[in-house]
Amino acid sequence: MTSTDHTDVGEQHLEVRLRVNGMPRRVELPVRRTLCDALRQDLGLTGTHVGCEHGVCGACTVLLDGEPVRSCLMLAVSAEDHDVTTVEGLTEPDGRLSPTQQAFVDCHGLQCGFCTPGFLTTVSAFIEENPDPTPEEAREAVGGNLCRCTGYQNIVASVLRAAEIQKERATESTEGSDA
Amino acid sequence: MSTRSFGEPVKRVEDPRLVTGKGRYVDDIGDDRTLHAAFVRTPHARARIRDIDPYDAYELEGVVAVYTWDDLSGPTAEPLPLLIPHPDLTHPRTGYALAKDAVNHVGEAVAMVIARDRYVAEDAAALVKVDYEVLKPVVGLRKAAAAEELVYDDIPGNAAAVSTQAYGDAASAVAEAPHRLTFEWDIERSACMPMEGKGVHARWDAHEEKLTLWTATQTSTGVRGAVSAKLGLELTQVDVVTPDVGGGFGVKIVHPWPEEIMVPWAAIRLGRDVKWTEDRREHFVSSAHERAQLLTVQVGFDDDGRVLGLEVDILHDHGAYIPYGLIVPINASTQLLGPYRPGAYRVTFTSLYTNTVLVTPYRGAGRPQGVYAMERTMDRIAQYLGKDRLDVRAANFIQPEDFPVDFGLMFQDGRPLRYDSGNYPALAEKLRTLVGWDEFEKIRADARAEGRQVGIGLGFYVEGTGPGPYEGGHVQVLTSGKVKVATGITSQGQGHQTAFAQIVATELGVPFSDVIVTTGDTRRFGYSVGTFASRGAVMSGSAIALAARKVKERTLRLAADALEADPGDLEIVEGMVQVKGDPSTAVGIGTVAVLSNPLRYAFDEASKAATQFGGGPVDYAKPPVAPGEKPGLDETDYYSPPYSTFAAGAHAVIVETDPETAEISILKYAVVHDCGKMINPRIVEGQIHGGVAQGVGGALYEIMAYDEAGQLANASFMDFLMPYASEVPTSIDIDHLETPSPLNPLGIKGAGEAGVIPTSAAIAAAIEDAEGIPIVRMPISPSELFDLRRAAAYPEPLVNTMPGTESVRWVDPASVLPEHSSAATPAASTESEARA
Repeated sequence: MTSTDHTDVGEQHLEVRLRVNGMPRRVELPVRRTLCDALRQDLGLTGTHVGCEHGVCGACTVLLDGEPVRSCLMLAVSAEDHDVTTVEGLTEPDGRLSPTQQAFVDCHGLQCGFCTPGFLTTVSAFIEENPDPTPEEAREAVGGNLCRCTGYQNIVASVLRAAEIQKERATESTEGSDA
Repeated sequence: MSTRSFGEPVKRVEDPRLVTGKGRYVDDIGDDRTLHAAFVRTPHARARIRDIDPYDAYELEGVVAVYTWDDLSGPTAEPLPLLIPHPDLTHPRTGYALAKDAVNHVGEAVAMVIARDRYVAEDAAALVKVDYEVLKPVVGLRKAAAAEELVYDDIPGNAAAVSTQAYGDAASAVAEAPHRLTFEWDIERSACMPMEGKGVHARWDAHEEKLTLWTATQTSTGVRGAVSAKLGLELTQVDVVTPDVGGGFGVKIVHPWPEEIMVPWAAIRLGRDVKWTEDRREHFVSSAHERAQLLTVQVGFDDDGRVLGLEVDILHDHGAYIPYGLIVPINASTQLLGPYRPGAYRVTFTSLYTNTVLVTPYRGAGRPQGVYAMERTMDRIAQYLGKDRLDVRAANFIQPEDFPVDFGLMFQDGRPLRYDSGNYPALAEKLRTLVGWDEFEKIRADARAEGRQVGIGLGFYVEGTGPGPYEGGHVQVLTSGKVKVATGITSQGQGHQTAFAQIVATELGVPFSDVIVTTGDTRRFGYSVGTFASRGAVMSGSAIALAARKVKERTLRLAADALEADPGDLEIVEGMVQVKGDPSTAVGIGTVAVLSNPLRYAFDEASKAATQFGGGPVDYAKPPVAPGEKPGLDETDYYSPPYSTFAAGAHAVIVETDPETAEISILKYAVVHDCGKMINPRIVEGQIHGGVAQGVGGALYEIMAYDEAGQLANASFMDFLMPYASEVPTSIDIDHLETPSPLNPLGIKGAGEAGVIPTSAAIAAAIEDAEGIPIVRMPISPSELFDLRRAAAYPEPLVNTMPGTESVRWVDPASVLPEHSSAATPAASTESEARA
């Protein structure tokens, strides 16, 4: 980190290097800038949404080295040398929707879409950890994210469907490599 | 994809964009040059402003400007508009874009700071010194009604309005009824609480003298009108664009919010883009709340439970200002009637000022309160008479052959309360089956044998949806064959792009995937009212259908010339116009669009056919654009109904209450819903799911914890308990009835608010049924239930009056009015006989 002192509002600026959605990024920003603001304003990744700025709603959830974190509760400078995955980075390299993204489309797991990125990142990490969840586990997995539109019924269904799609695709790719 | 997609549960076209981070919400707009606004908000509920000192704030580097009311002039300095005047609204008061001299609720905007980023803007806002003379606030309905302290010295009794509506002689009908009961029902505040707060981004083009405003609103045309008036611009100088909006639920129909005036005002002054994004605490203390009402009911009924007379008095808390008029209490007082028609009815509401955040519609908009009072009254009538709660309702239902039903009352749209269609007995029978009403006593007995306590509750409602005055739609066939559709209403997650594409695909006969819909953009469609009162599908859907029919008619007429056929012999199949049953004759509608616009200059291969030497046979007696025709294949039409259309539904819920901890759990939730013809059942069910979740929040968790000083003590998601997945029912059983509306071309009724309306009534009834303790005040927490248990002054374990049981019947003695007639009070013994 290189420090470049600014005297204006007493903001110290730092250069931060991190990997976002697989790409190395370097950004100079005030040390008090939250990770969500840095992603949205400095890196132009506006898919991450800010719903409460106090870590309760989960809309701003991103993956830090694969683990869900609230990007509103984390300073961007703390992400130095880490891997950050946002909703934009969930899409498959070939442009296909990820299992979780596809599941939310299939199951009508979103309405206004504002909380959705936080659910998508959370669920993506969850089905990696638990590829075969029960309905209770699926509900528990999204238990820390608020949604005001869907009443969660179709979100829980989406979690289960995401796990199914992940398995289907794993089978497809195994079959593909056998052929 | 099929063109007959109307009625199919097709997947939403919005979703691929929204799940990949490609949504565009208002805070996503802007760049490094954009300036950021932050607002200084009063920490006092009621105070006079002695002085505002902005100098410390100005000294901070990065601060561009600090503005107060003193900087405003002309219409900008005048009070914000009273959006919906009403003859009974005798003492209206609205706020200012920035407070002038006084503040009337915590969170009211006092000054605006503009800075290079939001962090600096907030630093500076904290440095603005405001000298307040703090006054004693009025908080709570009972205090407001007592009027020992006034919110405004010149408004006696704190009352903005006292309004009465009636049919028949309700007082006499109650007085002369065989049985009479009286109750007070009490509903607490909640709020819409969309996941995205409000937000505004303003851009002023000094060369074109044109303002473009992106705002998270439910009415882009409303904001356009208000902003142009408040900023002294012509309407044509203002465009309002509503991008993706992260939920509304009513709060974003209010306009102009102070920020919708101040942000563009600053952008014009500074010649720079200015944006403001509401944070969560700001949303709690400066956006609108709803729900708080006290409803006093006097009811007179006969031995069958038929309501002969009903008198209702409502105290309504509208907060510090009343820009949205009397819509909420009018809804409560008219929609209270639900699927019933009492012999005579009188309702009086008093709309009261308090030093709290203003109250404007939140999904349901007064209906949950009215329905709560009516449905709970039905429960108590049943209990008093020892009758089945469904039977008492059935005795009061308006019958299918009674429609249309005109109550002789005025609805919130200023037109008669007139039900267009419905089938309430059928709803009740479907609900009976869906929830297992007749089997519940076995469930209760089984639970009891395990030491568990369960109860069942009901709630019926009728909802006036799709109020006017009008909406419009524009449908245009492009030369590519794609169909572009625009309507003025905005979208906040309802799937309008999908549902309207289904309508156009079906009406026009084109593939669903070829229809592209734009909503809420005054650049595309300038005449509109807005998205509220479950009106989007009914109003814009109908207008778009009418426009699509006009396009179809012209398409067939133009194609008939080209095909030398009679328009009546043509059809459109998958976007191709052909002689009925003969695909070999097919011409794409894109080609028809080419032919519809006679050209001098070709721009591509297809357009050559429309040039003067490039086409087919020409009738030289006619001009290229025939009289009555116009170039281009597009049409606009409007839909303006004489009355609202009335959707209906019924909910039933089974709850379990923990005998020790008083924890309340929902075991089963059932909804029967009638919104007429469904455009997309998947979307309708999603709306119901979301509404029920908000209803559960309002019934069990959500309050606005104002203290006596007018401080909102729970203004965060840490303390305002919005349901997570763990708080909602694990499943919601839904059944549909489709009673078409005769009022619109598609037979549809609104569905957006349905899920939330009877939820508190049903859950309260279920808890009451489980506990045998009167439940009056909602929401109810486990600790409140625990306290009610302890306070219950009943000698015996008090349980329900469901058929087939020998349980003890209770009636709150205080609620029983003196018997008037000689009709005997039904005794427990006769009740048992009746049940035998």
